[in-house]
Amino acid sequence: MAPPVSTPKSASPSQPSGKSEVTDLKLQLRQLAGSRAPGADDAKRDLFKRVISCMTVGIDVSPAFSEMVMCSATSDVVLKKMCYLYVGNYARCNPDLALLTINFLQKDCHDQDPTIRGLALRSLCSLRVQNLVEYLVAPLAAGLKDHSSYVRTVAAIGVLKLYHISATMCHDSDFPAALKALMLSDPDAQVVANCLYSLLEIWTQDAANSDEAAREIEALYGKSIIYYLLNRIKDFSEWAQCLVLDLVSKYIPSDNNEIFDMMNLLEDRLQHANGAVVLATIKVFLHLTMSMTDVHQQVYERIKAPLLTLVGAGSPEQSYAVLCHLHLLVMRAPMLFSSDYKHFYCQFSDPSYVKKLKLEMLTAIANESNTYEIVTELCEYAGNVDVPIARESIRAVGKIALQQYDVNAIVDRLLQFLEMEKDYVTAETLVLVKDLLRKYPQWSHDCIAVVGNISSNSIQEPKAKAALIWMLGEYSQDMMDAPYVLESLVENWEEEHSPEVRLHLLTAVMKCFFKRAPETQKALGAALAAGLADNNQDVHDRALFYYRLLQYDVAVAERVVNPPKQAVSVFADTQSSEIKDRIFDEFNSLSVVYQKPSYLFTDKEHRGPFEFSEDLSNLAIGGDSGDDVIHSAQRYEENDKDLLLSTSDKEENGGPTHNGSSTYSAPSDVNSSTSLVSSSTTQPAAFAIDDLLGLGVLDTPALPPLPALSLNAKPVLDPGTFQKKWGQLTVSSSQESTLSIQGVASLTAPQSLIKHMQNNSIQCIASGGQPPNYKFFFFAQKEGSSSFFLVECIVNTASAKAQIKIKADDASASDAFASLFQSALSNFGSS
Amino acid sequence: MISQFFVLSQRGDNIVFRDYRGEVAKGSAEIFFRKVKFWKEDEAEEAPPVFNVDGVNYIHVKVAGLFFVATSRVNVPPSLVLELLQRIARVTKDYLGVLNEDSIRKNFVLVYELLDEVIDFGYPQTTSTEVLKSYVFNEPIVVDAGRLPPLGPAAIFMQGTKRMPGTAVTKSVVATEPGGKKREEIFVDIIEKISVTFSSSGYILTSEIDGTIQMKSYLTGNPEIRLALNEDLSIGRNGSSLYDYRSSSGSGTVILDDCNFHESVHLESFDVDRTLSLIPPDGEFAVMNYRMTQEFKPPFRVTALIEEAGSSRAEVILKIRADFSPNVTANTITVQMPVPSYTMRASFELEAGATGQTTDFKEGSRRLEWNLKKIVGGAEHTLRAKLTFSQEIHGNIAKEAGPVNMNFTIPMYNASKLQVRYLQIAKKSKTYNPYRWVRYVTQANSYVARL
Repeated sequence: MAPPVSTPKSASPSQPSGKSEVTDLKLQLRQLAGSRAPGADDAKRDLFKRVISCMTVGIDVSPAFSEMVMCSATSDVVLKKMCYLYVGNYARCNPDLALLTINFLQKDCHDQDPTIRGLALRSLCSLRVQNLVEYLVAPLAAGLKDHSSYVRTVAAIGVLKLYHISATMCHDSDFPAALKALMLSDPDAQVVANCLYSLLEIWTQDAANSDEAAREIEALYGKSIIYYLLNRIKDFSEWAQCLVLDLVSKYIPSDNNEIFDMMNLLEDRLQHANGAVVLATIKVFLHLTMSMTDVHQQVYERIKAPLLTLVGAGSPEQSYAVLCHLHLLVMRAPMLFSSDYKHFYCQFSDPSYVKKLKLEMLTAIANESNTYEIVTELCEYAGNVDVPIARESIRAVGKIALQQYDVNAIVDRLLQFLEMEKDYVTAETLVLVKDLLRKYPQWSHDCIAVVGNISSNSIQEPKAKAALIWMLGEYSQDMMDAPYVLESLVENWEEEHSPEVRLHLLTAVMKCFFKRAPETQKALGAALAAGLADNNQDVHDRALFYYRLLQYDVAVAERVVNPPKQAVSVFADTQSSEIKDRIFDEFNSLSVVYQKPSYLFTDKEHRGPFEFSEDLSNLAIGGDSGDDVIHSAQRYEENDKDLLLSTSDKEENGGPTHNGSSTYSAPSDVNSSTSLVSSSTTQPAAFAIDDLLGLGVLDTPALPPLPALSLNAKPVLDPGTFQKKWGQLTVSSSQESTLSIQGVASLTAPQSLIKHMQNNSIQCIASGGQPPNYKFFFFAQKEGSSSFFLVECIVNTASAKAQIKIKADDASASDAFASLFQSALSNFGSS
Repeated sequence: MISQFFVLSQRGDNIVFRDYRGEVAKGSAEIFFRKVKFWKEDEAEEAPPVFNVDGVNYIHVKVAGLFFVATSRVNVPPSLVLELLQRIARVTKDYLGVLNEDSIRKNFVLVYELLDEVIDFGYPQTTSTEVLKSYVFNEPIVVDAGRLPPLGPAAIFMQGTKRMPGTAVTKSVVATEPGGKKREEIFVDIIEKISVTFSSSGYILTSEIDGTIQMKSYLTGNPEIRLALNEDLSIGRNGSSLYDYRSSSGSGTVILDDCNFHESVHLESFDVDRTLSLIPPDGEFAVMNYRMTQEFKPPFRVTALIEEAGSSRAEVILKIRADFSPNVTANTITVQMPVPSYTMRASFELEAGATGQTTDFKEGSRRLEWNLKKIVGGAEHTLRAKLTFSQEIHGNIAKEAGPVNMNFTIPMYNASKLQVRYLQIAKKSKTYNPYRWVRYVTQANSYVARL
């Protein structure tokens, strides 16, 4: 359980010493077992305490199991409870002995005192022993009907415990139905809450293979139950309120009046001292108003103050959790927070994880009106004793500079950093100045003047050194001594440990050579010679490449190495907007703290009913819609980056379909280059065999008779609604289909299949992936009806198989649609 | 839902361990402790309160030097778990009187009783000290609070002021007192944490007060209580809040940016005459939390100066002035100032006749530290320090030192001027006259002067 304690200062009698202790305890327990002498209970209490204490620190006291059970015949409640705790802990590993306890637990379940009944029932259900479940059913059934609300609360959770030991037993006894009835009728709010906890968990697990459970889940989010719960929200404990509010946040109101009614009802929850209640309420407000832009914005304004109060009120840990949510909101709508920047100034006492969040927020909300103040504040942190925060602050200043139009003042500040002569400040600043120059070449004159004064010897960090070298190469015409600085760097080639720096040095010397050939010739020769002899493969290759390029034609070499550059307009965002949206959907959860959607950190079986699977994550919603403007800007940046990045980075960037949305890949994805290779080799072979056997096309199922279902040719569904529907509906049909050879051949890019399906009135809403795996989300609408069909289709071109999952508003039409979809898919490539 | 709950000592020992769902491996406490202890090896960075190791989420709060930890496998709302952990700590304190390693070790069976009722199969049940009374059968073993590190700001009342009965705040809600009779009393504490940043020229750059009205009731029969605040109190500065109708009133009014309330508080009369009515539950809880950014007079003025005195020497002058009434005394004051990293030695010179002051040069963190036992209102104190450097000074030395940070506690003082005008207890009989204690205290949260 845990490491044994190192001896604590107080020599309390409850400190265990190990094995001999257990033997000793056993012996003493046995002596006391039958004793009815006065004071026996007190002696037992002391012994029991020692046993529990051993248990806590991780000493195995299970050998005393039978002795404990023997002593458990007592009317002393304190003793009973300790015994229950002990039994609960060890029953699982001693199922045979656990049987011994059933007797007295069952007896206690009929005790006159409701407290005892509740305690016994709870312990009984906590035994977690498979072959004892039959003993649970009767006490549980009685417990659910007990006139004491305490016993009912225990029984409601007890059902869930039973479900986890034996789901069939739970269903056979009809407990879910009993819980549902209790939930809708019990006067005690905690009983209602516990029923809800249990039902949510049971039905969510069942929903995977039971339509009925899925429907029950859906009913929980339906109007009647939501209203029933909302109307008595104040009866619930603050914790249960969080549960109810979470349910409400998933409710889809029918009209705006309903939304306003709900918000008015919950308005005072925003003033609750418990941050969990406030955040749960905020989630409701945010989700209800998603489609009402102006009201949504008002909600932001409304929740600001309560959130800030929570940040100030609680313990540092509580503040952190709230601040993470505030961070998410600030990142989504920085404009709305632009006048609140002072709240995000770092405080002396803030732990570094809080400071980091605040720096990011300050960076995001900086705009024309507040940049001066924010940058001034950040510059104060740059001299901070806390070096990591000082570095972050400098980076923040740089980021603000990159996102502003008026960078005048900021450039000055950055250059002042260089004058501080602190190693890490200089290093961070150099990297920033380099980025800045790539975006604002017009500042080169001012920057170069200052950068030129920095001695390359004083810089140790590879990134900073690389940045300086890049500038030396890029602006060698403006820096008088650039060739000589480079030359001295080349002379010290052997001492330069970072291959990144050496790569940059090669490129910089080349660039310098094109501008100031006579002065650089010697350095270039030395650099190429050193590069060719370098142990690092990348450095060697680049040197060789340059060498041959120069041999071939110097003019061409110049065009390749030193082409005229376009200024970078936008630096790529690290997180795709889909990921951000997903995190926003999971507001008030750990996703916000980790800044990751839940599927990246939770196992499948522990996900809630409405957490989307990874499917939609790495797909570009809206398919190939016109992001061209952004693309071109990014492309410039990539080209430029290639010169700066080490080769390992380049490989990642050089992927076949690199764009903004695929920088983030889900762990389940198989888009590595290895799979690419394997697919190209195995694919023809597999087909050859198929052909030999006369299979191939024949393998596809015979075309079904033309279905009676007709589809709307131009249905409309926005990605948000799609996601919502996808989360709510259950899979009505799941099939595997085979693609024709022609189909596989045509599927070189997702677009071809998208076009084909479009011709069949099936629209694509999202697609992505790389060979051999493609993922598509399609939707279609029944002609003359509002019911949609949603399809997830995963195609593997190597195996020519497609996995199809269909969800439908109208489940009865789902089969007809499935065959329609299949036939469309199998026709792909044949036309 | 929560899988496990445990309490670890500073050394990582399990003091209490409760597994609710059996879905997280038993070694979790060890994994947690190792992770927290070695969060980042090279940098002295603290582990965040929430982190994930191999699919298990570890969520913790630090209370009284102990780790209160919950593990979970699902994507739980973090604030819910953190609030719950904090509440468990508070309920435990209500029962044990004092919360620390020793008291939990001595009462761990009682703590298990509490944990059994507070959480069932990972779902929070009740955290009401009062409701829990009917399920807790162990008598608390009270430990001596005297030499132990206090919990929370309220504990400062034990030192300093003589008017307070020192044992009261460390009294268990269930323990019977020696006389066999419970003393009828109620404590209302107005605790304010203030944050001020002064610019190098002494201007106030930012200032904020985070306040809380904390209550601890030992009244039997739960009588209704009325708590009257400043009549001219107004809430909502930026027109963003509901109660916006008085924000333009003249000087002297207390304007809060925002506030929130405990769920037992009725706000019906709050809009009319600024009184809160409530039936206080047992134990300690926050009646109201508030936040204020309205300008206020900071209790201390801090000036710091660093000047070159030769090629590898500098002189530092720190001055603090207490800008409050002479009948108020601040205690446990600490002033810290980071100095250039190449500082080798520091020699200090206190003012003549200084008592209760100590100075120190922390070589590891390169800080000057100045401790003062107390400062009486209106007084001014100065510290001079001579620094010796290991290298010659270049550049602006002021950029390499500071900012100065100050910590203090001022009992019977509140910066916001928020007041409890009266505390009314619904009378059960004519002779019923419980003790009422209304106490104020102000503490520094982040009190910084830049150079």
